[in-house]
Amino acid sequence: MILTAPALPAAGGGEFHSPTPEIFWQPLFEVGGIVVTNQMAWAAIVTAVVSIALITLSRKAAVVPSKGQWLLEGFYNFPRNSVARDMIGTKEFRKFVPLIVTLFTMVLFYNLMGIFPFAMNPVTGKIGFPIALVAVVYVVYHWIGFQKMGFVGYFKHMVPPGLPGWIVPVVFLLELITYFITRPLTLALRLFGNMFAGHMVIYLFVTAGAYFLLDGGILLKFLSLPTFLMAGVMVLFEALVQFLQAFVFVLLTSSYIAGALADDH
Amino acid sequence: MEISGNLSLIGYGLSAIGPAIAVGLIFAAYINGVARQPEARGLLQPIAILGFALAEALAIFGLVLFFL
Repeated sequence: MILTAPALPAAGGGEFHSPTPEIFWQPLFEVGGIVVTNQMAWAAIVTAVVSIALITLSRKAAVVPSKGQWLLEGFYNFPRNSVARDMIGTKEFRKFVPLIVTLFTMVLFYNLMGIFPFAMNPVTGKIGFPIALVAVVYVVYHWIGFQKMGFVGYFKHMVPPGLPGWIVPVVFLLELITYFITRPLTLALRLFGNMFAGHMVIYLFVTAGAYFLLDGGILLKFLSLPTFLMAGVMVLFEALVQFLQAFVFVLLTSSYIAGALADDH
Repeated sequence: MEISGNLSLIGYGLSAIGPAIAVGLIFAAYINGVARQPEARGLLQPIAILGFALAEALAIFGLVLFFL
């Protein structure tokens, strides 16, 4: 099983090919018609490692925390307090803390695979992973909305009260589209698009640098140094974006949950 | 000189201008707000990030349309 980034284009080819979306298609092996890709293998590995780490660190929870527990609590407090509590409100947020923390951990570590040296491939850069995560969020926020307000009440709550009668159908239609189409679509595409574009940019800088160094003239050979430097800068920038996207994902999730729970609009 | 490539690349570049301005305006307003009232930071930060995410969604749509 090969778990490394794809090899750089062969040197001496003469012509530079800019990366295409095909660089994300990395099949490893096939089992009964289902192709297991590089991203799936890394997702399984990172899920197992993070789960084991979280379970071992939280097993011996004590009032006086050990060093590991202190680290874990620091990590856990961020999605719990700054996201779930602030967005959903102190009264009802407890029920959703497991979901929010799990989503945050998963998205963060899947994103971080994009700058992890052996993977160098964000798992969430494949559209299937964001879709699966968003499917969970989609079911949860509609479910709690229907549960709280009933079937008709949930649709009624989408339109803010006090609007003139003739505008209500228009607003209702717009809100219906927002709730059922735009929200899940943007949530999935935002995560996917950021990871996809970021990985493409890093890949472009690295391959262009390799091309300049190996195939270019004397001037281009000098140009390869700033190109590689730029690739390094983009990796640092990606680390920031990956964390920010995990934060935005759970922030929007809890804002949708808060919207479905809210009594007023 | 011959230039080859995809015209939709230029289209995506143009469409990214709008969200770029929007993101700039959002963070300018956020910085202004925090500079005037530093204790409002905690309140303003999620709002700023939320607005940033919504503006950014437009750029992401453009990126997706580019590959269609």
